Amino acid sequence: MPLLEIKNLQIEFGAGVRAVRAVDGVSLSLEAGKTLCLVGESGSGKSITALSIAKLVPSPPARYVGGEILLEGLDVLKMSSSELRDVRGGLVSYVFQEPGASLNPVFRVGAQIKESLQYHRPEAANDTEVIRLLKLVGISAPESRMRNYPHEMSGGMQQRVMIAMALASQPKLLVADEPTTALDVTIQAQIIELLSDLRLKLGMAVLFITHNLGILGDLADNVAVMYAGQIVERGTMREVLQRPIHPYTRSLIQSVPALDIEVERLTAIPGTVPLSGAFPSGCRFHPRCPIAQPACSSRMPDLADVPNGRAVRCPFWDSSGNARTTSRKA
Amino acid sequence: MNLLAIENLKVHFPVRQPFIGRAKEFVHAVDDVNFTIAAGETVGLVGESGCGKTTLGRAAIKLIEPTSGRIVFDGEEIGALSGAELRARRRRFQMVFQDPYGSLDPRLTVADIIGEALEIHGLASGATERRRRVEVLLKQVGLDSSHASRLPHQFSGGQRQRIGIARALAVEPRLIVCDEPVSALDVSVQAQIINLLQDLQREHGIAYLFVAHDLAVVKHISRRILVMYLGRIVESGEAKSLCRSPKHPYTQALLSAVPVVDPDSKRQRILLAGDVPSPIHPPGGCPFHPRCPIAEARCKTEVPALRELEPGHLAACHLATAETGGQ
Amino acid sequence: MLFRLSSRLFWSAVTLLGTAVLTFLLVNAVPGDVARVIAGPKASADVIKAIHTKFHLDEPIWKRLGYHLNDLAHGDLGQSFVTEQPVAEAILTRLPTTAAVSALAIVMWMLLAVPLGVLTAKYSGSWFDRIVLVLSTLSLSLPAFWLARMLQYSLSYKLGWFPVAGFRGFSHLLLPAATLALLTVGYYARLVHSNMTEVLNSPYIRAARAKGASETAVLFKHGLRNAMIPVITVLGMDVAGLLGGVLFVENVFALPGIGTLAVQSVFNLDVPVIMGTVMFSAVIVVGANLVVDVLYRWIDPRIKSAA
Repeated sequence: MPLLEIKNLQIEFGAGVRAVRAVDGVSLSLEAGKTLCLVGESGSGKSITALSIAKLVPSPPARYVGGEILLEGLDVLKMSSSELRDVRGGLVSYVFQEPGASLNPVFRVGAQIKESLQYHRPEAANDTEVIRLLKLVGISAPESRMRNYPHEMSGGMQQRVMIAMALASQPKLLVADEPTTALDVTIQAQIIELLSDLRLKLGMAVLFITHNLGILGDLADNVAVMYAGQIVERGTMREVLQRPIHPYTRSLIQSVPALDIEVERLTAIPGTVPLSGAFPSGCRFHPRCPIAQPACSSRMPDLADVPNGRAVRCPFWDSSGNARTTSRKA
Repeated sequence: MNLLAIENLKVHFPVRQPFIGRAKEFVHAVDDVNFTIAAGETVGLVGESGCGKTTLGRAAIKLIEPTSGRIVFDGEEIGALSGAELRARRRRFQMVFQDPYGSLDPRLTVADIIGEALEIHGLASGATERRRRVEVLLKQVGLDSSHASRLPHQFSGGQRQRIGIARALAVEPRLIVCDEPVSALDVSVQAQIINLLQDLQREHGIAYLFVAHDLAVVKHISRRILVMYLGRIVESGEAKSLCRSPKHPYTQALLSAVPVVDPDSKRQRILLAGDVPSPIHPPGGCPFHPRCPIAEARCKTEVPALRELEPGHLAACHLATAETGGQ
Repeated sequence: MLFRLSSRLFWSAVTLLGTAVLTFLLVNAVPGDVARVIAGPKASADVIKAIHTKFHLDEPIWKRLGYHLNDLAHGDLGQSFVTEQPVAEAILTRLPTTAAVSALAIVMWMLLAVPLGVLTAKYSGSWFDRIVLVLSTLSLSLPAFWLARMLQYSLSYKLGWFPVAGFRGFSHLLLPAATLALLTVGYYARLVHSNMTEVLNSPYIRAARAKGASETAVLFKHGLRNAMIPVITVLGMDVAGLLGGVLFVENVFALPGIGTLAVQSVFNLDVPVIMGTVMFSAVIVVGANLVVDVLYRWIDPRIKSAA
């Protein structure tokens, strides 16, 4: 049994005819101890999917209209509020994009970590354990740092505190929602390294949400690419990054400049990212797709399994030519 | 001849003290910076947040008053100009901002936003001429002339950035300072804007000072790159050679931290310890020494000067030689 | 911190000095001979002259201002022209009543407004939120005079639940304080509501939920303290406005407080008492602002290091 299994998740905002389906039929599974990376741009539904694992998308305005989210076999969407509180920060912990805004400004960081301990491991809610956690995430002089307020720390340090707080309950799944986007590149590298170390040391599964395909490094085992509320491609990290088969993934990789490749001109994806509520008919990528066929505008393709344990939501992925010739390692 | 030459530029901000007393401390946002931009050339300026790159970009075109130093634009010292004299020169150097929404007045139509720039510099006489110019400009940045009557909020982020570029372009500038022009945009539209900037450069011979934190983007668009750390330029050189064989340990770390899609890329990550120090109390000696993996005793006391290690490739590091670097 | 406090104290002193000078000038600009007020309309010219000499009334105004400030600096507020009681004593004997009414009013409206504000923010858009909104608007738009009279008439006179007027114990304070509270609670309920709504949308609230905090802890531990930061500021400023309300309510309910004293002194043209009560109000306002400043630091740690 996988640690996490999301089956056909559907989340809408608003009601009636004006309802907007932000997440449309997402299915995922994550084994214990593995890392899955969810890649997508704004409006792709990746963050909403990630938050819904602990039912953290506030409802209203959101409505969980369909599907199941199974954590160790139990459906989160059917849990009572006290069961949810045990799951949140317990079995599943979160790290968010803006560490400065995600820490409560009026409490000392030590107290905020201790609060997590009180909820999930009350027997360990003491300074010794707080200090151990701060050391674990690489904060030097934790004895004095725990008495800091969040604003007295740098962004990188704040994110380490967030991670310490997330680890307090010894979670089996860590959900990291764009944890490095707000940080500088050298600090981003530190945090990725830390997460990568911790996941091996503690054996927890990680769901990593990002818009940047480049920061996965050797962190991810599997990747799922989202576009306009749907998964469009899924596979092992190596397969997807080296041989992307969905036209969106391919275009996305090609459109980003790389240090080691010289190109005169970037291959831009035309048009704009569709907003939820204004998704195109048929295949949602078709207005921007380089290989779109007339049929693409009317028929929504299914996410179909293809060899090597991969899946792709595009019927033309194969006939579009060998992915290698157009991928950038050609 | 150089279009822009910056000489010994310094920008120090006083640290505000409440109520009484003069400021005793200063943020050394830009400290003794020299560089040049040739006509039609793109110079990239990279660094992390707080390194002073945005301040330098703005001070270079006098959007911020420099504390000292010379700014020579097209052979003329503009550092000392102010008022109407400066406003008349402003036509020649424009700016494109990071936040394409915050920099566009939400109550003005696109035609008004672009037309205002034309009007200030007297570049279009009469409503018909103005409308025609706006249409041409919109077309140049890849927008439709029907967009002219719309308001900024009716556009996506990428389209708003195009409007910002059209506004800068309206006055036929010779230099545009682009401050993080793509970092607020979705990944899939960033390439559109980068391509647009390059196309406009080819057609109009505009020079860019391209300020950004993403080295891969900067390398792609720039001919030369300046690397900034704590208000100083620590390395400068031709883009390709700087990225192929960086001399300064900071540049090396910055390059190794650039995201790479290919999982088989055999790069060694250089992890820097700690955070960027406060620019109010920059470390003595080499400002980078507390985080530097190869720092020696003298790095703590002697400030390294920018030295030319290879033709056109300078670095401010005691230990850098022509052979150091390489990925 | 010490520097900041001393600079605050310095500006407080400047404020008080300004108030003293301004009141003195204003009071002296009022037409009418003070000596006539003291001695009565039938007093002889000699008596009037004696009074003029005693209170330096014939000397130039800047000189008299000097005497006045000198007295103030020595803590001497002078004597009432009418009762000859020292002004300081007159204020101090009435202070407990006024303080009790004000404090009770603040406690009442905060105890009502905070839960209302928090719950309407949590259940924004619900029927509960809408009813509270209507009641808040009503509270804001009630004419104070009418409300005080209505409460007095219906609850005290007709129903006999509260004493009608006068002051012989705690029960006499309830209705005056409730009047003040009712006039203010609507504003504070909306203020807490809007701050709380903003706080509830902040990332740290989501982070608090994500770590398994109960809804009660999310609202009252993580949310309320942050939402109260701006409320405390407004409350500090409102202590000044409150004095106006107290003055009025004390008169309706015939409470022997500073408000009654102030009103009487104006009717009697009792200059020392007028100036004394104004100075007293100024001290309260300045003091309240200092207290808010300190409270602010305690509630919002970000301010400490910014100073």
